[in-house]
Amino acid sequence: MSFLDYFRGKKSGSANVAKERLQIIVAHERGQRDQPDYLPEMQQEILAVIRKYVQISDDMVQVEVDRNGSCSVLELNVTLPER
Amino acid sequence: MARIIVVTSGKGGVGKTTTSASISTGLAKRGHKTVVVDFDVGLRNLDLIMNCERRVVYDFVNVIQGDATLNQALIRDKRVDTLYILPTSQTREKEALTKEGVEKVINELAETFDYIICDSPAGIEHGALMALYYADEAVVVTNPEVSSVRDSDRILGILQSKSRRAEMGEDPVKEHLLLTRYNPDRVERGEMLSVADVEEILAIPLLGVIPESQVVLNASNQGLPVILETESDAGQAYDDAVARLLGEEREQRFMTNQKKGFFSRMFKGG
Repeated sequence: MSFLDYFRGKKSGSANVAKERLQIIVAHERGQRDQPDYLPEMQQEILAVIRKYVQISDDMVQVEVDRNGSCSVLELNVTLPER
Repeated sequence: MARIIVVTSGKGGVGKTTTSASISTGLAKRGHKTVVVDFDVGLRNLDLIMNCERRVVYDFVNVIQGDATLNQALIRDKRVDTLYILPTSQTREKEALTKEGVEKVINELAETFDYIICDSPAGIEHGALMALYYADEAVVVTNPEVSSVRDSDRILGILQSKSRRAEMGEDPVKEHLLLTRYNPDRVERGEMLSVADVEEILAIPLLGVIPESQVVLNASNQGLPVILETESDAGQAYDDAVARLLGEEREQRFMTNQKKGFFSRMFKGG
């Protein structure tokens, strides 16, 4: 902490970084918590099917379930490589 | 009706057993008939913290398997006469705690005790799930540190989905945050997450803040629940937490740096 920071009451420690990182990871993990158990396996199978035709990496398929009241929406995001 | 309270955290080494020992002792000191149950099968340690390691004859698993009665396994505390300890087994056999077995023992304990404190093992495996399954309330012990806070959030998710109350669709397990090893000096310097930071991230009600203190190690060395160190900050902080658990209003203490005044610094050598 510099001399001036002391008078500005500015905190230069790493706690802010810790808080920001935690907020992001906790929000992400909470989002996954409510997902059905079969999702990871389904994601792998979808990936396998797409790979029959296009070479893509694991992180290029994203599967999520959004619940809106009485119905659920299965959201499938596939990023195809540039040709 | 007995209140069943699990002391849990996900992460190891944050102070679950220290907290279980102090909370159960505090409740018993106030006259409530209390039992504290060690769920950490294979890594028995509550007995050491409660100073009854040489009095263990039968354990939790013996009772479940019908090799001993509950009364044979329960150890009466020598300091507080309404307090009992149910030690765990040192067996390496996994799944020695069956759901039915645990239920049977908890039900039998509930007939005679007002409070059943379940000291959970670390992790999210079988033992931890058994410790929280029958709970009405949970004390989530957290250190102001990233891995502990993340694991606490994980265990909160498990309480909300895998506990008996969640499975049966009953009222959810009542959650309490207990922040331990708190160092107000470091918080003030911006080096440590503050109470407010952790409360904001975990979003559960605060039961108390236990300051980082040398008294805790000193007490565990002697097998003394730190709440009995009534002159110490950590002991008083635990006493406040117990009072709040019983519905008393107590202002939060030990959250800020008790700045020493000019004179006390002069005369006590700072």
